[in-house]
Amino acid sequence: MAQPKNFGFGEEEQMIRDSFARLLKERLGIERLRSLVAGDHREAYEADVAPLAHDEKLWRELVELGVTALAVPEAAGGAGIATVAVAAVAEEAGRAALPSPLISTLQATFILREAGPAAHAWLARIVGGEAATPAVTNSHGSWDANDTDVVARLDAGAGTTQSVVLDGTACFVQDARKAGFFVVAARDASGAAGADGGIGLYCVPADAPGVTVHPDRIVDLTRDQAHVELSQVEVPAEGVITTGAGVAAMTAALPAHLVVVAADLCGAAEWQLQTTAEYARVRTQFERPIGFFQAVKHPIVNMMIEVDRARSLVYNAACAIDHDPAGALRSARMAKSAASDAAAFCSGRSVQLHGGIGFTWECDVHIWFKRQKHNQFLLGDGIYQRARLAELY
Amino acid sequence: MSTRKDTPEQSEFRAYCQAWLAENRPEPPGFRLPEYAIELKTIEQRDYLCAWQNKCYEAGLVGADYPTEYGGGGHSGFQRIASQELSRAGVPYMVNLVGLDMAAPTILHHGSEDQKRRYLPPLLSGEEIWCQGFSEPNAGSDLANVQTSAVRDGDNWVISGHKVWTSFAHFASWMILLARTDKGHKHRGLSYFIAPIKDTEGVTVRPLIKITGETGFNEVLFEELTISDTQRVDEVGKGWTVAMTTLTHERGAAESAGGGGGISIEERVAALIALARRTPRGSGTAWDDGVLRDRIMQIAIRAEGVAQTFRRARVPSLAEDPTRVMLQGKVLTSELMQDLAAVAMEVEGAQASLYLGDEAAPDEAAWPLAYMNSYGITIAAGSSEIQRNILGERILGLAKSK
Repeated sequence: MAQPKNFGFGEEEQMIRDSFARLLKERLGIERLRSLVAGDHREAYEADVAPLAHDEKLWRELVELGVTALAVPEAAGGAGIATVAVAAVAEEAGRAALPSPLISTLQATFILREAGPAAHAWLARIVGGEAATPAVTNSHGSWDANDTDVVARLDAGAGTTQSVVLDGTACFVQDARKAGFFVVAARDASGAAGADGGIGLYCVPADAPGVTVHPDRIVDLTRDQAHVELSQVEVPAEGVITTGAGVAAMTAALPAHLVVVAADLCGAAEWQLQTTAEYARVRTQFERPIGFFQAVKHPIVNMMIEVDRARSLVYNAACAIDHDPAGALRSARMAKSAASDAAAFCSGRSVQLHGGIGFTWECDVHIWFKRQKHNQFLLGDGIYQRARLAELY
Repeated sequence: MSTRKDTPEQSEFRAYCQAWLAENRPEPPGFRLPEYAIELKTIEQRDYLCAWQNKCYEAGLVGADYPTEYGGGGHSGFQRIASQELSRAGVPYMVNLVGLDMAAPTILHHGSEDQKRRYLPPLLSGEEIWCQGFSEPNAGSDLANVQTSAVRDGDNWVISGHKVWTSFAHFASWMILLARTDKGHKHRGLSYFIAPIKDTEGVTVRPLIKITGETGFNEVLFEELTISDTQRVDEVGKGWTVAMTTLTHERGAAESAGGGGGISIEERVAALIALARRTPRGSGTAWDDGVLRDRIMQIAIRAEGVAQTFRRARVPSLAEDPTRVMLQGKVLTSELMQDLAAVAMEVEGAQASLYLGDEAAPDEAAWPLAYMNSYGITIAAGSSEIQRNILGERILGLAKSK
């Protein structure tokens, strides 16, 4: 199917990206980010519970700007904007190392918008500013939509109500402590597997009885992650999105899931490139700026080459989601593979080429380094993407 | 910016190109055509390709954007479409590569009115082949170290020196020549000329043998060749500036006078996957080997990345500095072609040892040949190392390595 040559990125899309970038620049300067996520190295890794680097005020401003409405269809009260604009916004989030639950909320949105009218009320809550996140991953960290450790008892509701009871634990849940509700994938306990394995989707408020969030200790300072334990959690009818078509919705959402994480990786990699190039322009050794030496210059150029490749593939995949759905997964796998590899390379070089100072807590490169390592593996790294990609040939 | 689409005139021209190409696809030559034009060896290869370029020129698919008074089509924004359609049609490439990509844009920018009228029409039509006289034994990456001398003698210049790696010299009528007119200044001591090369007294063309065992490029010796001052391009001492125009076009960062045809990157990737699927390995095929499949997918992703990067270069809001991506073009494509051929040889395994002349060699030894020839591309026109210097210095503002 023919795609627009400009990736569908017109004036309106550019305005959205630029206003988002401007807000982040004003509200999340490097000093502010540092004090939010890396204020105290002991607290970051040694406190009983890792601190929650969440700036509620910034989140409200982002919501007022409309970022949570971007990916919500107009029919559900959102802006229904082109996916390439959402990708461009995610890219800016990565560049700023934004510690707000934006990417996870987008991920929840992508699933819910594929799940029909039953999800509209929940999408409206997202538009209104409630953060959400998918709780769909099992204890092995499988990215397969069929794999969940949570079971749903459909006949367990008391009396005539249509409620469902969930039991089990969802792992690797992103931004779990910032989310207002979870989009939980659960397997039908009766074994009445439908065409796609009988996986249902359920929206569960974070404060529902029986929900316990166990924070994980993670490397990344710019988000939180947890395993979410569901013990006899009763889901009322309005929380039941689908009892059997969950895999279809998650499969349809997968290209967009991959694209926003890949875009975040690209934005952060561009920050690493610019920061490392700047250091190579000003840091002097042997009476010359170190960028003079080809052992430094050429790896920085290779960072640029990898970032540019990944960025081009991200826009292509984002465009395909709107204009060539049949080819979208293939393009998205390519984008996530290239972005994961670019991020891994740029992260390594950003620390190495800063030398001794780059190895210290004081130097900001570790904040992006850690975010990149997290996103590199989220939804599968380059090797994983290429293995799945080959299945599409 | 609104969606970039063809204008009505462009889409009419595109339809015309497609229809013409469907009708006029040339008969297969009955002998092997090398992968790239620079590997041409024989007169029959040259004649076949010259006839093809001439046919495309007559149809308006070459020189489309050049002024009519210089033999062009007089259009604007048409050449890119013609070149795209030629590539898409999978027809042979243009033989006058150096002429179209380098000499024509240089003459158009810097040449005199007489030079444009004299040289451009037969260049575009494929009647006169061009070659490039830049590199010398001691002027490779350090191109400004050119020592071939041009000494003024009244209204003439006397050329003496030694040029190397000269593709097409054995077929060419003309050479774009960078020569030293002043020993006192490195860059400002260079001037740019058009030199006759075919059957000319004072010019000796000798074939150089490549690592493939084939000829295809040459060394050219000048022993007091006398040329008229009217053969000088732009001012005395401006040779370096003019040469930069040539190189910008050679590295693919600017539109050429004509191109397209040949095997596209997508076709090469498809050929690699097909090769893996039919090459036996263990109890299955090479495609069943997860490690090889990963390497093939890496190549496929890089190939798509090149295509999408060129697409993005035309969207200013997503490519804030278009030169940043355009200047990567040479290094991206040449290194991709090299790595693609290397992976193809890994897929072939033991069969990759078989070479030209061995009947059992898969695809007539195309992959080992392509792999060896690929070094011509990563070295020529500014090696990958020089490209990375240029990118680091011009785009990222890093200190000049010299």
